Amino acid sequence: MLLSVVTPADTDQRRPAVSEVLAVTEPDVESAWRRRSGLNPSLIAGGILVGAVVLTALVSYVWTPMDPTHVVVSDRFRAPGQGGHLLGSDALGRDVASQIMAGARNTLLVGMVTVVIALLVGVPLGGVAALYRGWAEELVMRLSDLVLAFPALLLAFLFAAVFHASTLTAMGAIGIAFVPVFARVVRGAGLQVMEQDYVTAARTFGSSTLGIFFRHLLPNVASVMIVQGTIAFAIAILAEAALSYLGLGTPPPTPSWGRMLSDAQNYLAQSSTLALWPGLSIALSVLGFNLLGDGLRDLLDPKLVQRIPPQ
Amino acid sequence: MSAVSAPTEPVVRVSDLSVRVGTVEAVHSVGFELAAGRRTGLIGESGSGKTLTALAVMGLLPDGLSASGRAVYREQDLVALSEAELCRLRGDRLSMIFQEPLSALNPVQTIGEQVAEPLRLHRGLGGRESLARARELLERVQIPRAAEKLGQYPHQLSGGQRQRAMIAMAISCSPEVLIADEPTTALDVTVQAEVLRLLDRLVDEEGATLLLITHDLPVVAGLCDRVLVMYGGHLVEEGAVGEVFDSPRHPYTLALLESIPSLDQELPSGRFRAIPGAVPGLGQFPSGCPFRNRCPRATELCATMPALEGEGHRAACWHPAS
Repeated sequence: MLLSVVTPADTDQRRPAVSEVLAVTEPDVESAWRRRSGLNPSLIAGGILVGAVVLTALVSYVWTPMDPTHVVVSDRFRAPGQGGHLLGSDALGRDVASQIMAGARNTLLVGMVTVVIALLVGVPLGGVAALYRGWAEELVMRLSDLVLAFPALLLAFLFAAVFHASTLTAMGAIGIAFVPVFARVVRGAGLQVMEQDYVTAARTFGSSTLGIFFRHLLPNVASVMIVQGTIAFAIAILAEAALSYLGLGTPPPTPSWGRMLSDAQNYLAQSSTLALWPGLSIALSVLGFNLLGDGLRDLLDPKLVQRIPPQ
Repeated sequence: MSAVSAPTEPVVRVSDLSVRVGTVEAVHSVGFELAAGRRTGLIGESGSGKTLTALAVMGLLPDGLSASGRAVYREQDLVALSEAELCRLRGDRLSMIFQEPLSALNPVQTIGEQVAEPLRLHRGLGGRESLARARELLERVQIPRAAEKLGQYPHQLSGGQRQRAMIAMAISCSPEVLIADEPTTALDVTVQAEVLRLLDRLVDEEGATLLLITHDLPVVAGLCDRVLVMYGGHLVEEGAVGEVFDSPRHPYTLALLESIPSLDQELPSGRFRAIPGAVPGLGQFPSGCPFRNRCPRATELCATMPALEGEGHRAACWHPAS
């Protein structure tokens, strides 16, 4: 489905069959076609916002207006546009625009690493539960209940207390908190896949359990994983910002949107716009990933796609 | 397809095979042999245990079902083999074709990938090689524009083409035993005939031993040498196709044959002949002979299950018809 859904030629050729067989009206076919062709507004808006964040992060590696960590105390609390500071400067005279750009790297890193941790641990666990059932499934599900029952924030506190608070402990805590979500989704989708005749057929042709996991289970849960991953990305950005705000995330001097926000809070009287920029960045990137996730869900979720009957 | 077949060495010897669904026995100590290179039809109504018997032989029973007894293939008891050993045999030496090709093909994998899969698993062929072989196989099962179909997904093929692709997968490693579970039930009548002709030709070319599961009696008559009749999880009659169809012994087989409407004969009462009553649900068959509550010949004797009796043509009935 993943690839065939978006093949325009295929859909064009079958469009009359849909209206005849399902007796759907033209507008339905139109909206189904639009949905299949991927032109939904949230996908476009999400794509643009996420694209902007990624582009900013990439550009920051080669160019920022100023050195984001360069402290010029005489230059503190500049208003936006003053002294060459596009978005002003903070309490230590650092350029806010440059910090926002460099902070995008941190944001994306956190999102990616947490989603990768959640995928690497959650998908195999969910797969094992769906493939082997029995006590393995019971163990995985009860473990995930345990993690779900344990607030992610407490886990972050724990990590920060045991190790030193760093981006890594934040990412670890957020990643682990996501593991049960992914394990459950994979198990649920996997159980459905295991019921299918083609899994029995694959076993008939000699596929091992591992082969079934990679060739049948994974491709069939891939679309769900992409959507889940995108939404988890958004939550991870927010979580990292929250942890940095509490001082449990990225330590200085590495620029981080969450810490910029918490720093700015102390100087709201001196410079009211200082809190605006990191806050806006967090809000827009979270919105972007959420919209992208929604858009991808519309595009990829088989339950929402107009199923074209065979023949 | 001769009516009388000389006995050859059996490839698969099933004895005392039972399948349990929870506490209910769905297949009751079935025993039969598949002679090398012969075609055997397994007929019966829905719920008679035909498919469960086949799945038990392949070691593919779903969770919660268990098999006991023996199904010996080349001195290996398939019921007792480990999953890893079964994986080696399945798709290579033993293969199976399913009833519903759309659901038996993975919707997110191309036809080429799927047909090439058994070759990769059992012949160790690489990607390019196995795809080239898959293309040859698709041509062999007469799928038009095979090269193009390799990259297509199951939903892009017609029902007949999908079943042909299934057959291509099943014969890809030249299996010795091929089980076809109602291979044409889900197809149009015209396509059915083509697929059966194809199956007939391929089984001949490969010299495979075929077990054809169906409820379509004419298909068995046209394609098979021997026939097994199942009812209520019991094997009730077995013999060469000609003998069983010409002179059925078990009242169930007789009733099945009589319920085939004839085109050139006026129906005596103006109605189709049917077997009275309905097939009971699982676990609700009467004790003794499972057919006795629908059987016109039933007596008190039928409360105990008769054994399969006879030479060559065997039936499990106290009051055989002929």
